[in-house]
Amino acid sequence: MPITTSDSPPALEIRGLRKSFERPAVDGLDLTVRSGEFYTLLGPNGAGKTTTLRMVVGLLRPDAGAISVLGVDALASPIAAKQVMAWVSDEPMIYDKFTPLEYLEFVAGLWGIDAAEARLRAQGLVDWLNLTPHAHERCEGFSKGMRQKVALAGALVHEPKLIVLDEPFTGLDASSARQVKTVLREHVAAGRTVIMTTHILEVAERMADRIGVIDRGRLIAQGTLDELRQQAGKQAGDGSSSLEDTFLALIADEAAAA
Amino acid sequence: MSRPGSLAWFARHELRLAWRDWLAMMTAGGRTRARTLALVLLGVAAFMHFIAYSLVARFAAPALDPDKTMLVVVTGSVLLYGSLMLSQAMESVTRAFYTRSDLDLLLSSPIVAARAFAVRIGAIVLSVMAMSALLASPFINVLAVKGGARWLTAYVAVVALAAAAVAIAALLTTALFRMIGPKRTRLVAQIVAAVIGAGFVIGLQLAAIVSHGTLSRLAVLASEPLVNIAPDIGSFVWWPARAVLGDMVAAALVLCSGFLLLGVALVIVAPRFADCAIAAAGAVQATTRPQRRAASFSGASPIAMLRRKEWTLLLRDPWLVSQTLMQLLYLLPPAFLLWRGFGGASGSQILLVPVLVMAAGQLAGGLAWLAISGEDAPDLVATAPLSPGMILRAKIEAVMGSILMVFAPFIVALALVSPVYAIVAGLGVAIAAASATEIQLCFRSQAKRSHFRRRQTSSRMATFAEAFVSIAWAATAALAATGTSLAAMPGVIAVGILASAHLLNPQRA
Repeated sequence: MPITTSDSPPALEIRGLRKSFERPAVDGLDLTVRSGEFYTLLGPNGAGKTTTLRMVVGLLRPDAGAISVLGVDALASPIAAKQVMAWVSDEPMIYDKFTPLEYLEFVAGLWGIDAAEARLRAQGLVDWLNLTPHAHERCEGFSKGMRQKVALAGALVHEPKLIVLDEPFTGLDASSARQVKTVLREHVAAGRTVIMTTHILEVAERMADRIGVIDRGRLIAQGTLDELRQQAGKQAGDGSSSLEDTFLALIADEAAAA
Repeated sequence: MSRPGSLAWFARHELRLAWRDWLAMMTAGGRTRARTLALVLLGVAAFMHFIAYSLVARFAAPALDPDKTMLVVVTGSVLLYGSLMLSQAMESVTRAFYTRSDLDLLLSSPIVAARAFAVRIGAIVLSVMAMSALLASPFINVLAVKGGARWLTAYVAVVALAAAAVAIAALLTTALFRMIGPKRTRLVAQIVAAVIGAGFVIGLQLAAIVSHGTLSRLAVLASEPLVNIAPDIGSFVWWPARAVLGDMVAAALVLCSGFLLLGVALVIVAPRFADCAIAAAGAVQATTRPQRRAASFSGASPIAMLRRKEWTLLLRDPWLVSQTLMQLLYLLPPAFLLWRGFGGASGSQILLVPVLVMAAGQLAGGLAWLAISGEDAPDLVATAPLSPGMILRAKIEAVMGSILMVFAPFIVALALVSPVYAIVAGLGVAIAAASATEIQLCFRSQAKRSHFRRRQTSSRMATFAEAFVSIAWAATAALAATGTSLAAMPGVIAVGILASAHLLNPQRA
């Protein structure tokens, strides 16, 4: 179905998205993420979060539906959509035999960034993420946290307007996790958009402007934490109803309805 | 039912895993491909029997009492085959120490590690045996049909050789652990495996060039000086040859010797397995390593950068370099022949044409796997603002560029001796490399570069197709160089193999 566009298009607009493997993984999903917001997708295991995001960034082809990234039809013009996006998966995939600086310059080059500018940005990111002592070491001996930081720097080096992250905090220690959170917050503060999946509800509660809850491939609730509480039948502002309570209530309601 | 934790229980577990792995490899994970697979295997078997018939049918009826020359030639062939088996066994044994998949579970469980190792070694013997028997079977079958059932004792010789090869491999690998430590053993063991596999062939070829100006190994084996210095005809040295030639007593003796050696190796090595595996686990935990010279990605187009990335990653990995370039060891004898050709044109340089074409196909196959399937950051490349066509083009260019760099000196040198041979070899190298790359494209999968050694087991179909297409193009080039129109025949076979690869392409499923 066609997606309506306006003067300031949403960062992401999904309509009627479907993807089946042996059974439906994403089942007619509709979702809108505004420009400049921090949006978190929650859902139980196998709910279709990662499949949705992989379709958004062009790693999976949907069976049906439409995806628009900042007004660009991502299915009709994938290269134009990719130009403004970055993807960070839960398992950092970087080149072991490259140093962080080499990796960042390579990624910048793929997005067509001028070499001198790429070097400058790469150095800046390496400093920012406290990777300077390891800037000239090959990534093969890096810990999971360091690799995740290099992958995140790779996603930031071409200054995407939309950054999509799948479980970016998996396996990170407290210090690395805090650094990544800071980086993402600064990214949003600069007017860009972050969409992230996470199982760590505390992270979603603290960081997200809006939260979407997916179950069985469909969006079952969306809004701010207060709005979600209302949808889950909880008292807004009640300190006892955490996101965990709200999330579990929403999932239970959906299961009862199904 | 066997008792949990017992040797039989563990063997059953290993066999079940091996069977499922094999089935998944052969069917590429598909469920509806069994019939296609069976048809392809039958076709390959028929083709191999046809080749074997044309090569060995005329030797099917020698006297049961072979002369010394025959024994030397057969022993040489057995040693050649044994060296390849030893090479395969070395790789498998090294993998048993270094592959972590279920080793952590096994070593942290209360089972006796020596028992696990004994079963693993047994599985390796079976796999080496199966692969060797499979390769030898067309020849043995043809000889048995033409010359009688006594030729079937050659299968006994294959089984005995497999047991002996695995025993020697286990002893050698453990000795390497003790001598150079777990960190270096992996690389050294695999280089040793490749050198053992190639060394015997290369040695014979070099000797043949020096003494006869040819690449033929038989020329050396059947030569009078070698036959004269060989041991007396009654020596035990000839047992394996006699076993191959249908002597039942020799076959029994060789079988007992092979398994005796395996038993001794197990007694020595099995108790040390846990220590070696734990040491290997520590060694694979990579340490940080400074990069002295940074790669430059400045001022290049995204396609050029992807090409440069492939080359940089390859050059920075000595293990991968050794694995891919080891195949070039086989180019040493032809290079030597070429060098001698400058002294006096003997016309034997025509032998270089198929060797170069074959080597190019094999090398391109490995490089294409690394570039196409062995992408460590597939998500990054796939989400970059480049069309899939551009990415593919860059990867193919990276492969073909490497082939050009490796083979251009040979072609140029050949052109100085014979321009016609050089043109045929050049075309053959390009076509064989492109065909191997095409096969890798058909059977592409997502894997880590570090799984390079397992690329051949992840898709047997791709491996066979790659080998056969290289052989077919090498034959085409050899015949084309002689100027005969028969060159079209292997060419058609090569095209047929490529068409079959397209038909079996898992991407189409």
